[in-house]
Amino acid sequence: MSTADDGDAAWGAADFIELDGVEKVFDVRRKTGFLRREKRQVRAVDGISFRVPRGEMVGYIGPNGAGKSTTIKMLTGILTPSGGRLRVAGIDPSKERTRLAQRIGVVFGQRTTLWWDLPLKDSYRLMRRMYRIPDDRYAANMARCTELLDLGELLDVPVRQLSLGQRMRGDIAAALLHDPEVLYLDEPTIGLDVVSKSKVREFLRDLNAERGTTVLLTTHDLTDIEQLCKRVMVIDHGRLVYDGALAGLHEVGESERTLVVDLERELPPIRTPLARNVKVEGPRQWLAFPASVSAAPLVAELASAYPLLDLSVREPDIEAVIAKMYAGGADAGTGARIG
Amino acid sequence: MAEARKRVDEAGSGARGVREGRPATEGDRRPVREDAHRAAEDLLSVRDRGPGGRLRLARDGFRAYGLIAAMWIRATMAYRTSFVMTTLGSFAATGLDFVAVLLMFQHVERLGGFSLGEVAFLYGLAGAALGLGDLAMGTMGRLGQKVRDGTLDTLLVRPAPVLAQVAADRFALRRLGRTTQGLAVLTYALVQLDGVVWTPLKVLMVPVMLLSGGAIFAAVFTMGGAFQFWAQDAAEVQSAFTFGGNALLQYPPTVFAKDLVRGVTFLVPLAFVNWIPAMYVLGRPYPLAVPEWFAFLSPVVAVGFWVVAGLLWRVGVRSYRSTGS
Repeated sequence: MSTADDGDAAWGAADFIELDGVEKVFDVRRKTGFLRREKRQVRAVDGISFRVPRGEMVGYIGPNGAGKSTTIKMLTGILTPSGGRLRVAGIDPSKERTRLAQRIGVVFGQRTTLWWDLPLKDSYRLMRRMYRIPDDRYAANMARCTELLDLGELLDVPVRQLSLGQRMRGDIAAALLHDPEVLYLDEPTIGLDVVSKSKVREFLRDLNAERGTTVLLTTHDLTDIEQLCKRVMVIDHGRLVYDGALAGLHEVGESERTLVVDLERELPPIRTPLARNVKVEGPRQWLAFPASVSAAPLVAELASAYPLLDLSVREPDIEAVIAKMYAGGADAGTGARIG
Repeated sequence: MAEARKRVDEAGSGARGVREGRPATEGDRRPVREDAHRAAEDLLSVRDRGPGGRLRLARDGFRAYGLIAAMWIRATMAYRTSFVMTTLGSFAATGLDFVAVLLMFQHVERLGGFSLGEVAFLYGLAGAALGLGDLAMGTMGRLGQKVRDGTLDTLLVRPAPVLAQVAADRFALRRLGRTTQGLAVLTYALVQLDGVVWTPLKVLMVPVMLLSGGAIFAAVFTMGGAFQFWAQDAAEVQSAFTFGGNALLQYPPTVFAKDLVRGVTFLVPLAFVNWIPAMYVLGRPYPLAVPEWFAFLSPVVAVGFWVVAGLLWRVGVRSYRSTGS
């Protein structure tokens, strides 16, 4: 009793999730001929270290195959790290997977943790017994999730008949019934329509604010991060290339937003010290300006000097930001390690 | 409830210190061998989960199995007619199998020196044992699919042993059909057998054989499942030992070549499901020279099978690589 409590307190506030030089190496065998095989090692995660305090909401982003999902799988105990040290709430996930499972919730955007052929409520009922959720907590959490995630009419529907957005909401509820201290979300908004996306985001924001649940989410959608996370970590080729505020990421990556200007008629390319003219196509022009700067002065200047019909701002997408970070040659040595 | 959880926490943190003492294995270039090593360590060391850890694991496993199986039974009972039909179908399909044996005895008096009652005794024991093993662990054959498409991930994040979750997935009571048929044939055999002098020990051996045999077959199903972590189509190999083994054990050992009997006795000791103990009950010599006490070893052999199966399973789970997503 005292050992467990002391352990929790020590791991608690400062370092809820701890990674020190965590690696995951996969052996990949490729057939090169009849019976001949080439063995090659892929370093999916190549020495990652970070810490997440309790109650923080962190975005974990990176291009496809960067090692995001592999990291989450190591954090949940699905995969055993090849090297390094990893602790969640003081627990080594791969060694005490089932004990850790009581304290974490996981949502995979790509696959469901619900029982495919059974009605949603059967899955919840089973979760309740499997996680040994006390009756009052179960009732309270069910009521809350049903209301906020709009599950009322879906409870009797077999999971396979749910739409992607409905299933995702069902999955999020399933991951939260046992009051987990940390919630991992792997691409929670992938494939969702705008309404579903905002519903999911709102729910997560409330959860973090009211319950203090630590949230780690991977995503391709920068809007997810902007609306939810103060802190963002960028991973590429298995290495952490950025860890800090979202705004800072744009500075480091020198990313640019684009102002699309529709003029009344065709005009010569707009020249302004505030932006760079990228493209002209008839009366429409594209102006790039640093993402860390407000668009307002630029818009004001254009409005006073040109006959405008319409304006729109395009956000930099995360792939471009990361590509730019690399092209900038911040760490030329890393590129060579690509497995 | 809370108390139980606290106990788990305590034991876990007590064991934590021990495990962290092991040097980090940075830069290890042989993950698989490393995994095997760790699995062996996990399985063999008693202190790993604290005192009583193995027991608790088993208890958690049985509990999870029960919960999931109960849910599937409820789900199938929603379609009661379908359930009754498939169970009867399974019963009839396996039942016809024994008709072949009956037909054979229309033409011969004895098979390998064994009477109809004696063959039925062997047949019933093997069939019922396989039925029990199949009922408990039959869905292990689907593991390959779960490994291939990465859906095993979702089982690994739940607070229950994965083996129990995989085994209980789509639990189907209709598989009782085979057990029922085996028991029916066994009952028929007990009525037919007249030369047997029943002692209390022999009477006790019948249920012991059924349970040990069921456990042995269940372990083989589990091993077959574990192999699918590496070869996702290994289900066929497993069938060779389970359904194939059953087909072998249904007939007296005297009709088979000595080398085959030797293999089934010493190499893959399936002979302990029925052959060796049944020879004792029937008062007949076993074709191979084995000590008489071998007849009582079935429970020990079953435990041995499960140790190997458990070890294989651990190594398998450790080497699970998931899929990119």
